[in-house]
Parts: sequence; structure tokens; C-alpha cells
Amino acid sequence: MRIILHVWRQRNATEKGRMVRYEVAEANQEMSFLEMLDVLNEDLIAKGEEPVAFDHDCREGICGMCGFMISGVAHGPLKGTTVCQLHMRHFKDGDELYLEPWRAKAFPVIRDLAVDRGAFDRIIAAGGFISASTGSAPEANSIPVPKDDAELAMDAAACIGCGACVAMCPNASAALFTGAKIAHLGRLPQGQPERERRAIAMVAQANAEGFGSCTNIGECEAVCPKEIKLEAIARMNHDFLRAAWVGRESYREDSEETVEEPKAGGRR
Amino acid sequence: MELDSKTPSGPIETRWDRHKFNLKLVNPANKRKYTIIVVGTGLAGGSAAATLGELGYNVLNFCYQDSPRRAHSIAAQGGINAAKNYRNDGDSVYRLFYDTVKGGDFRARESNVYRLAQLSVNIIDQCVAQGVPFAREYSGYLDNRSFGGAQVSRTFYARGQTGQQLLLGAYQALERQIGAGTVRMFPRHEMLELVVVDGKARGIVTRDMVTGKFESWVADAVVLATGGYGNAYYLSTNAKGCNATAIWRAYKRGALFANPCFTQIHPTCIPVTGEYQSKLTLMSESLRNDGRIWVPLKAGDKRSPNSIPEAERDYFLERKYPSFGNLVPRDVASRNAKAVCDEGRGVGESGLGVYLDFREAIERLGKHVIRERYGNLFDMYERITGEDPYNVPMRIYPAIHYTMGGLWVDYNLMSTIPGMYVLGEANFSDHGANRLGASALMQGLADGYFVLPYTIGDYLAGTKLPKVDASHAAFRDAENQVTCQVKRLLETGGARSVDSFHRDLGKLLWEYCGMSRTAEGLKHALGEIPGLRERYWREVRVPGTNEDFNQSLEKAGRVADFFELAELICLDALDRSESCGGHFREEYQTPEGEALRNDEQYSYTAAWEFKGVGQPPALHKEPLVFEYVHPSQRSYK
Repeated sequence: MRIILHVWRQRNATEKGRMVRYEVAEANQEMSFLEMLDVLNEDLIAKGEEPVAFDHDCREGICGMCGFMISGVAHGPLKGTTVCQLHMRHFKDGDELYLEPWRAKAFPVIRDLAVDRGAFDRIIAAGGFISASTGSAPEANSIPVPKDDAELAMDAAACIGCGACVAMCPNASAALFTGAKIAHLGRLPQGQPERERRAIAMVAQANAEGFGSCTNIGECEAVCPKEIKLEAIARMNHDFLRAAWVGRESYREDSEETVEEPKAGGRR
Repeated sequence: MELDSKTPSGPIETRWDRHKFNLKLVNPANKRKYTIIVVGTGLAGGSAAATLGELGYNVLNFCYQDSPRRAHSIAAQGGINAAKNYRNDGDSVYRLFYDTVKGGDFRARESNVYRLAQLSVNIIDQCVAQGVPFAREYSGYLDNRSFGGAQVSRTFYARGQTGQQLLLGAYQALERQIGAGTVRMFPRHEMLELVVVDGKARGIVTRDMVTGKFESWVADAVVLATGGYGNAYYLSTNAKGCNATAIWRAYKRGALFANPCFTQIHPTCIPVTGEYQSKLTLMSESLRNDGRIWVPLKAGDKRSPNSIPEAERDYFLERKYPSFGNLVPRDVASRNAKAVCDEGRGVGESGLGVYLDFREAIERLGKHVIRERYGNLFDMYERITGEDPYNVPMRIYPAIHYTMGGLWVDYNLMSTIPGMYVLGEANFSDHGANRLGASALMQGLADGYFVLPYTIGDYLAGTKLPKVDASHAAFRDAENQVTCQVKRLLETGGARSVDSFHRDLGKLLWEYCGMSRTAEGLKHALGEIPGLRERYWREVRVPGTNEDFNQSLEKAGRVADFFELAELICLDALDRSESCGGHFREEYQTPEGEALRNDEQYSYTAAWEFKGVGQPPALHKEPLVFEYVHPSQRSYK
């Protein structure tokens, strides 16, 4: 099958980018989308041009490194699927597709379709953990965890940190990503002691990184390759508000920014 | 060179405790004065960096991915073993130790394996405390399953994403330390050289993959946790970026490389569909708990699987191994799959595949139970193949999955270069000639959380480390070497892409040094590789410049190293004139076609010393002593 691609080419963070048209004449049904781009790149190299840069690693849909927009949809048209697990059988001969990087102020472009998602790591570093230093753990079965809680924690913990939620959100909000970690750890008894502190610190960091606020649009849930539910955002808001009422630390003390009204910024 | 494994003697149950007591300690106030480099952020590297940070060391952590959370440990599906005996089914530390030594076909060090089994229970405690959402029973207690041929249920799991959850636990602990300032993280940095000063590892040279900048980093000790070298075969279940560059360049600086031919083929991967195939996807081994493996009885039977009647199916594993059936170890399952395909009974377009059938399990347990156990794996299979495994049997075929070989380390996990430690899959230590399922996660975390943090202190406290900085000649020399290599790759000006060479190398290795090997085939491969390597350096085309984000250039350096490593893999395979575990030499098999070990001549670890590219390396042998588990012929009949 023949696929026409319009690909965002941008040499580095400072140079201006543009869309460039390519044709992949020999795509086939069994290929993954990234294998189709491999074929394009082999072709470009043979012609003496520079291949299209895109992030990828495991190609099994679990590392979260891949991801770009395919004709306006993060990770492409198939629900619950990263672009590395998207196969060409979902496209047809002659399809014309537009490939762009995640676009958000907090995710600067590195090259072509690759962006810098370091902001996500900094959100986790702010509080997305349980402070259990190595060696301090009690016997694993000493604290029973209700099966339902463990399952719900796992649902949220399945987040792969790919950034599709941010890319699809009109506000470029990281609420689903941040909420997923808050929901995961907050569901477990081990996560209770730091629950308030965690919510405040992570939300503050997301704001500081330049992500927008959540206005309950739900595009994030629609494109999340791990199908994380909006409920995670509700839990984040719950924990954040609860921390404001009962928490020992206030948001203002913990961060340089102050609580803002929901903002629609963040999109570049 | 004398290989001193520093293995303690005396009763095996107390070896690690006694050894730990004898290790020197670093005063808490002094820890921050020591800088430790950790390369890699998988289960081994991430857990080590986090733990060293918690202890108060000054840690510099590097990874090639855009975030430490991406390391390929994340893709492990099935589970992690621990001798908790929560099921009251007769498990114990000793049994896990015994199973691991036997499963490794008696080519691992007893002391290391015992320690691993002991630490397995601490790992589960630690991970639960971090919030790893392991599967639970209705009681709220942890669930277990039997996995990969074990006859007890000792595998802890988090759906089919155990590796992901364990890695995120380690990653979160690491991020906590990054936030606290004890660990500085350098993502998108690739280690290209190890720097040795006065015989001790004192730093590394990296390339910033975004800007192309080469940088020297000085430290008091260097820890490599950079994973395995399965990608030498091009097609493997490894992530695309997995590479051997860090360990290979350390090898060229004097670290010995042990048992490179011990590679593991995983029996349950999705078959190859075409030349463009970029990687192979594993289907968790846990599927073999409920799936039955079969091929048509007659060669060339092209009927659809559901229309082949029961009587015309050959459940070859159940037939040949009645007591273990579909749960035989990975190497046995893989070889048998190859054998039936070689007989022309393979299935699918290419004929390189066997069925993994859940029909009976669905009838017995109901679709909902199968969905609960394997739902995400079934979804993944359907996404990749377009076939629904609830209705049509899966097609699977073996693929390179894990490498038991790696840099030689002593009981302290230190390589033959003082001050350089190697953890996880990158070392050779605990799995012998074959790794059991759900044991890689265990080893990575044992090394990182519970072994290295003790042993590295002993080195730091007991070693005089004069101050050096990056202007030292050894650093200048290493940086120079790296710069020259990159320049040479960019200026080669050939016409062929890096991937096309890598694919050729992979085919050669898979064909002659894959599931089964012969002296003749290995000699052929050894004859071919040097020529291919020379052509690579003449004909490769690496577009772009060093100063940009240049993925072709990244690959080019890695593939250059794979070419050299491939030769060592074949050489080791040729030298080891026996079959054991994942290393199957056709000349050495029992009349029933099982691996035939030669304990009299080969009960040793083969550790190779670099003598120059194109020069034969020197072989050093570390004899293996079995005081507890006496070598026997593995039998799964």
C-alpha cells in the first residue's frame, strides 16, 4: 500500500520547523506504524537525506517513549494503543497522514517528532513516590490491601508517561498524568502518610512547568494508550482540596506560585 | 590473571551475613564526599542509584532514554520470584536456590545464587512498601502464581506488567533522590568510554545525545547497569535502543567478559512477518500455564488450526515431557519448537511458528478467567497480528530474549577493573547457562537494592583514591578516542544504512549461534564476521552531524561494537564443546536430543580478556564448585 505523509521537520529547538511531504510506496498491512517510518528513513538515507527523528524504544507499548500526532490525534486513530503498537492494517492505500510532535510549552521540540518530556520527571520528583528508603520495609503481608483497592491502584499505575494526554488537551494540561500517580499511591495504605503533601507538591510542580489547568474536556482520557480514567483527575482534585482543608502544609508555603484560576494557556 | 571470586566459604546459609559483617563501612558524614557514577536506570541501575542516594553518596546517573522510567526492565511481563512460601507449598530459600542452580544447568556460582534467593524476600517487602500494586487475593494478602516451570507458586505479579510496576517503584525512589539533590540525573546521555586511572575505574565519557557534546565525568567508583547484549542479533525482544556499548568499551579497557555464548531464547514470541521487522514481541511465559503448545501431526498441513481435529494435533511438549508438559524450561521449549518447524510442521505464513492454544483452558475456566489472567497480553497479540486469540490459537516462535553472559564480577559485583561494578543483566553472575522465568527482575533488584550498596562501601572505605579531575591524561585520551570514532563514522561516506548492516549481522548470529550451534557453523560465522565488519567501516552511511540529535549516529556506534562482540559470542560458543542451558551444541546431545553437559572439562566460567580488535582474546577460567547442589542431568520428563 501507498501512504502519503506530511511530516513536521525541525532541526532543533531553536530553528523553525515546517511540514514536508513524503511518500512511502511499499507499506504493508503487517507493519507497525514505526516500521513504516523505518522504511521511509531507510529510503531517505539511501537518497542522502536526513531521516525523520522520532522517539521510540521498547516498541511494545510499555516504555512510553514513542508518540506523536497522526492527523491531529495523539498516537493515531486506534483506541488504547501507542503508535508503536499501531499497525498499518488500520490504514488504507492512498491515505494521507499528518505527523506532528506533541505540542505544548512544557514539551519543547528536540528534533522533528521528538520532544523533551523532562517536565514529567520533575512532577514525579516533586512528590510522586512513597518515601520508603531501602531497608525500612515491613513484611510484605503485614498490611493487607483490599483487592479492589489494589486493582484500582493498578489501573492508575498503568500510566506510561508518554505525554499523549498533554498533547491532546486544548489546555496542554498534565492533569491526567499527575492525577494517575496521585490516584495510584493514594489508593494504597502505604501511600496515606504523604497523601496531602504529595497532591500539593505535584500539582504545584505541574503548574510551575507551564502545563495548563484541567477544564474537564476529556480529550486526555480519549487518547490515553493505557485508558486511564478521568476519575484520576477527580482524585487529584479531591486530594488537593482535602490537603487545603486538613493538610499541615499549605500550597502557598510549598511553592513559589499561588493558586490560580484555571488557565487555558500552555499551548504553544 | 588470577580470577578471585572473593566467595566466602563455610555454611552457605550464613555466607552473605558473615561477608557483610566483614565489609568495611563508610562513615555517614563521609558518604557525600564520594561520587559514584551509575550508568543505566533499569531495575538494577535505578534501584542502585536511589539506594546510594538514600545512603548519602553523591550519585551521577546516566541513561540513553529521555527519562529513567523508560529502561527496558519496564517490559518484563510475568513476575518476580521470591521464596516467601505464602502458599505453604513447600517453597524455601533453599528450594529457590536449588531450582536456580539446576535451572542454570550448573554453570552459576552457588554462593551468589544462594544470596539471591535470600534477598528475594526483602525485595517483595521493599516493593510493597513503595506502593507497587501487586496482585492480591480477597483477603488483601499477596497473590502468587507458578511460573516458568517452577513447581511451587512463588511468583509475585502485577497483571502482565510486573516489570513496569517494579521499575516505576525504583524510578519513583530515584526521582525522590533527584528531588532531594543526592542524585543528579542525565537522560539522553550515552556512555562511550570508561576511564581508568592507575588501574582503577575513575570515570566515564558521555555524549549528550541532543547537543552532541562529549563530556568527562570523574568519580570514585563506576557502576554499569546497562542491560544485556541481545540486540547483537538485531531481532530480539530487547528495546530498540538496548546496546552493549558501555560493557563492551569497559571490556576493551580491561574488564573480562564472561560466558558470552550464554544467550537465552524465549519460546513464546510473536513470529516474524517480513524483512522490515524491527523487533520481536514477547508473549509472557505465564501463558504456558494455561495454553497448550501444538503443531499439526503431518508436515505441510495448511488447514486453519480450528479445523484440525484433536487426533491430528501433536502436543509435542506434553508428549515428550509428561511431568512438566508445556512448562519445561525456556531452552527446552525453544529447541523443541525449532525441531518441529525443521520437520516442516511449523505453522503460519513463514512456517516458523507453533500454536499456543487456549481453547481447553477457556472451556475449563471460562473466558472471563482467561481474560483476567492474560487480558492485556491477548489484546497486545491481537493488536500486532490482527487475530483474536480467544478464538484462534496464538502463533509463537522463539526469539533472543536475555543474555546470561556479561562482564565478569566477583561476589561483591566488582569487575576485574577495581572500582567498576556491574549489576543486573550486564553482569554474568547468577543465572548460569539458562535463566529461569521471573528471576531477572529478582536479580536486578537484589543487586541494586541490597548487594551493591554494601559492597561498594567496602571498596571506598578501603581504597586510597588520589584526587583526579577531567584534565587528567586518561580522560583526555578517552575523549579523544570517542571523538575520533564519531568523526570516522560520519566521514565514512558509504552508501548503506547502519540498520542494513545490523540486520546482516543479526541473521548470521541467529543462523549460526542461535538456538542450536555446531562447530562448523560457528567457524563459518567467525570467518564471515571480520569481513562484514570491515565492509561496515568502509561502506556505512551515517547522515547528519555530531552536533545534532542524530539517531543514525547513535546506532552506528552501537552496531560497531556489536560487530566485535558477535565475534566473541561465536568464539566462546565454539570453545565450549558441550551443551548446557541456552548453549546447545548439536554435537553434544543425549540420544533423546537433550543437552549433554561435560562437567569434567567445562565446569567453569569462561572469562575473556581483550587483546586487540581482530586479535584472539585470552581465556581465563573460574572453576565452579558445587558443594550443595550436585550436578545432575536436568530431566523434565
